Amino acid sequence: MNHPHHHDRSAGQPVLKVSNLKKSYGAIQAVGGVSFSVMPGEIFGVIGPNGSGKTTLFNSMLGQITPDTGKIELNGEDVTQCGPLELNRRGVGRTFQTLQVFGKMSVRDNLIVAAQEHAGSMFSRMFAPTDSGLGAKADALIDQFHIRHVAHKKAGELSYGQQKLVDIAMAFMSEPDLVLLDEPCAGVNPSLVGGISTLLKQLNQNPKIGKHSSFVVIEHNMDFVMDLCHRIMVMVEGQVMAIGTPDEIRSNKQVLDAYLGS
Amino acid sequence: MTDFLQLFFSGLATGAIYGLAALGFTLLWQASGTINFAQGEFVMLPAFMMLGFMSAGAPLLVSFACSVFLAVFVLGWLFKRGLVDPLFKFGMMPIVVATIGLSIALRNGVRAGYSAEASPFPSLFADQLYHVAGVTLTLADVGTFALALALVLATQAFMTKTVTGRAMQAVAQNTESAAVLGINVPRMIFYAFAINAVLAVAAALLVTPTYLAKFDMGESLGNKAFFAAIIGGFNNSRGALLGGLIVGVCENLAAAYISPAYKDAVALVIFMVVILFKPQGLLGKKEERKV
Amino acid sequence: MKKTTLIFIAACAVLMLAAPQFLKNYGIYLLTYWLIFIIATMGLNLTVGYAGQKSLGHAAFFGIGAYTVAILMKAGLSFWLGLSAAALICFVVGIILGFPALRVQTIYLAFATLGFNTAVWLVMRNEEWLTGGTFGINNIARPSLLGLSLDGNLAYYYFTLAVTLLMVALLWGLLRSPWGKAFTALRDNPIRAESLGVDIQRYTLLSFAIGAVYAGVAGALFASLVQFIEPAPFTVGASIMMYLMVVVGGPGYFLGPVLGAAVGVVLPEWLRFAQAWYLFVFGSAVVLLMIWLPDGLLSIPDRIKAKKQARIESAARSASAQAATKNGASA
Repeated sequence: MNHPHHHDRSAGQPVLKVSNLKKSYGAIQAVGGVSFSVMPGEIFGVIGPNGSGKTTLFNSMLGQITPDTGKIELNGEDVTQCGPLELNRRGVGRTFQTLQVFGKMSVRDNLIVAAQEHAGSMFSRMFAPTDSGLGAKADALIDQFHIRHVAHKKAGELSYGQQKLVDIAMAFMSEPDLVLLDEPCAGVNPSLVGGISTLLKQLNQNPKIGKHSSFVVIEHNMDFVMDLCHRIMVMVEGQVMAIGTPDEIRSNKQVLDAYLGS
Repeated sequence: MTDFLQLFFSGLATGAIYGLAALGFTLLWQASGTINFAQGEFVMLPAFMMLGFMSAGAPLLVSFACSVFLAVFVLGWLFKRGLVDPLFKFGMMPIVVATIGLSIALRNGVRAGYSAEASPFPSLFADQLYHVAGVTLTLADVGTFALALALVLATQAFMTKTVTGRAMQAVAQNTESAAVLGINVPRMIFYAFAINAVLAVAAALLVTPTYLAKFDMGESLGNKAFFAAIIGGFNNSRGALLGGLIVGVCENLAAAYISPAYKDAVALVIFMVVILFKPQGLLGKKEERKV
Repeated sequence: MKKTTLIFIAACAVLMLAAPQFLKNYGIYLLTYWLIFIIATMGLNLTVGYAGQKSLGHAAFFGIGAYTVAILMKAGLSFWLGLSAAALICFVVGIILGFPALRVQTIYLAFATLGFNTAVWLVMRNEEWLTGGTFGINNIARPSLLGLSLDGNLAYYYFTLAVTLLMVALLWGLLRSPWGKAFTALRDNPIRAESLGVDIQRYTLLSFAIGAVYAGVAGALFASLVQFIEPAPFTVGASIMMYLMVVVGGPGYFLGPVLGAAVGVVLPEWLRFAQAWYLFVFGSAVVLLMIWLPDGLLSIPDRIKAKKQARIESAARSASAQAATKNGASA
C-alpha cells in the first residue's frame, strides 16, 4: 500500500505535535504529561538525565509502544496508534542508538533498501529494476556523507564511525518530513562528532535530496546539542522542565541546578 | 481398570526414561542454544559402550561407571569442543545440521562397525513381580521409574541448590552478565554437556534391557525425547520430565486401547496439539518477541 | 551477475544437456531426482536462507504437491491441471503457515513448522479415502506435452530440466528485484527494516508461500517421476534432510541448493562404493563440512576473498609500522 505524503503544509502548522503524553510502567510513571511542538525545518533537541523518560517518549513517537494517554500528531494527523511501519510510510525516519545497518549488503544497497518500499506497490516492485531507480539519490547521499570510497563494501566491514554515517544516511533516503535521531553521537570518536554536526546541519538547510526535514535529537553530548539545535527541551523525571533556545536553556537556573551542574 | 493402571504405571517407567533424555536435551538448549538432533544416538552409543566393557569382563555396574566417564569425555567434552564451540557464533543453522550429520554418522558407524542386529542387554533389576491392589508391576518398571525420577530430581536440586548449579542457570539466562560476575562461562556450559552425557548413559542403562541394543534404537528415542521436551516446555527443566511422562503413559494407553500402529503417532499428536495451543509448552514461559 | 557466474551457468547447462548421453537409465533417473530436489530446496533457500525464517516442514509442501497431482490424475484430470493446483494450494497453505511466524520467536517457529509437517503426514497416512493411506497411490502416468509423450526417462529428464531452468530464472528475477533486498533486510534486521517501511509481515508470509510453491511444483514432478506416491518421503525426517541440503550448500547463496541437493541426493549414491560404511562417511562428511564451512559450500569464494583482504590489510599495517619506526629512528 502506498501512502504518499499528502498533507497540508499550511504555514505555521507544526510537523509534530505531542499533547499531554503519559506512559506508566506499573507504579512508575516514565512519562507524565509531556507536550511540545516541532515546526517544519526545525532541529529540536531533547536532553535530560538518565531515567528522565526520553527513551520512553521516543519509543512512543516511533510507534514501538502505545502511550496511556495523550496525542501525537504528524502534520495535523493523529498518529498515536500507528506502528513503526505506518509511521515510516507517513514520513517519519529514524536512526538507532545501537548500530542497525544491514551488514551483509553493500553500503549503496543499504541506502536503496531504505527507500525502495516507498515506490509503487509490492506487486509492481516485483518487476522494478534492482535499484528501484534510487541509484542517483543514493549516490547523492553517499557523496554528501563523504563515504564514496567505501560505498561498494559490505556495510558490516566498515568502521563504527562509517557505519554510523550509513545509518544516518539511511534515515534520509525516503525524504521524511521528520527524522528522529537517537543519540547519534553514542560511541562515536570525539573527533568525528563535529563532522556529524556539520552533516546534520547541511541535511537540514541544504539537503541534496528532498526537502528540509525537521529533526528531533536525543543526545547527551551537551556541546553537540547546544551547537546543533534550534530549540531544546529539558526533561526531568518524566516531565518537561523547560523548552527554549540553547541560550535560554543555558541560562535557565532550574535546568542548571537539576541537570547541567555548576 | 486394573489394565488401565498397569498400562499407566509401565507407561510411567518408559516416560521417565524419555524424561531423562528430554532433560539433557533441554539443559543443552538452555546452556548453549544447541539443538542436539543426535540426542537419541547419545543414548544409543553408551549402550554399546557398556556392552563393550562387559564383553571385556566387567560387571554391569562397573561397565556403567566406566561408560559414564567415557561418555562425559566423548559426548560431553569432545562434542562441545569439537562441534559446538567452533560453530557457536554462526547461529543455529550449522550446529543443527552438524548434529544431524552426527546422528547419521553415529547410527551408521555402529551399524557398520559393530552389528546391524540387536544385542541383548542385562537388566539392572531381577525378574520380579509385585501384586499391588490387583495390579501387576514388574520390579523393572518400579525401579526404572524410581531411578529416573531420582536422577531428574537430583539434577534439579543440583541446578537450584548448589553454587555451581545456580551459576549454570545464570549462564543460561544471561551469558554476558554471568561472565561479568566472574563465572567461568565455558566451564559452566561444559557441565551442562557433562550432565547430559551422564543422563544419557543412565537412560541407556534403563531402556536397553527392554528395547535391546541396536544401532537404530536412538532414532525413535531421540524423537520422543525431542517431542517430550517441547510438550513439557522447552525452557523449563521440570517440563522435560512432565513431557516425558505424558508421552510414555499416553503411548501405552493408545497402543492398548486404539491400536499398536498408533503408538509412535501419539507423541506426534500431543506435540501438535501443544504447539497449536501453547507453543511454549505446558510448563514453559512465554518468551516475548524482543523489540 | 558476474561474467564468471554466467560462464559457469552456461557450462553447467551444456553439461546437463549432454550428460544423459553418457549415462544409463538409472543415471538419468538420478539426475532427474536431483533436479527435482534443486527446485524444492531453492524454495527452502528463499524462506530460510534469504528471508531468515525457520522452516523444518518443507517436505510437507513437497508431499502436498505430489499428492495433489496423484489424486487429480487418478480422478482423470490432466497432469498440467494437477501441477497448477499443486502450486496454488501450496501458495495458500504456505501463507497460512507463515502466520505463526509473525507471532513466535525463532525456535518455537521451528517447532510449529515441525508440527505442521507432522499434521500433514498424519493426514497422508490415515485418510485412506483421499490418499490411499499407507498403500499410497500408484500407476501415476507421465504427462504428454503438445502430443509428445514424456513417458521415457530421457524425455522426462529434459522436461524436468526445462521446468527447473524456468523456476530458477523466475527466482533469480524475483531476488534481483527490490524484493531480494527486502528479504535480506527482513533476515538481517527486521526491526530496522520495519522502520524503513519494509512490510515485514507481508514479506514473511510471502517467503513461506513462495518457498512452498517451489516445493509443491517439485512434488508434482516427483509424483510423475516415481509414479507411486506414499507418505514415507514426506516425513519430518525428509524436511530435516532438505534443511541440511540448504545449509550445506550455503543458505542465502543463489546456487547453494544445486550443491546442497547434490550432496543430499547424489553423494549418498556415489558413496555406495564404501558399502556398509557409506552413510557413516556421509554423516561424518556433513559434520566436518559444517565445522570447516559453517556458511556452506558456496561460502568458499567469500572466505578466500576475506583471507586475501586480511592479508593485504595486515601487510599494509606492518608496512606503515615499519615506516613509522624508520622515521622515528632517523628523527
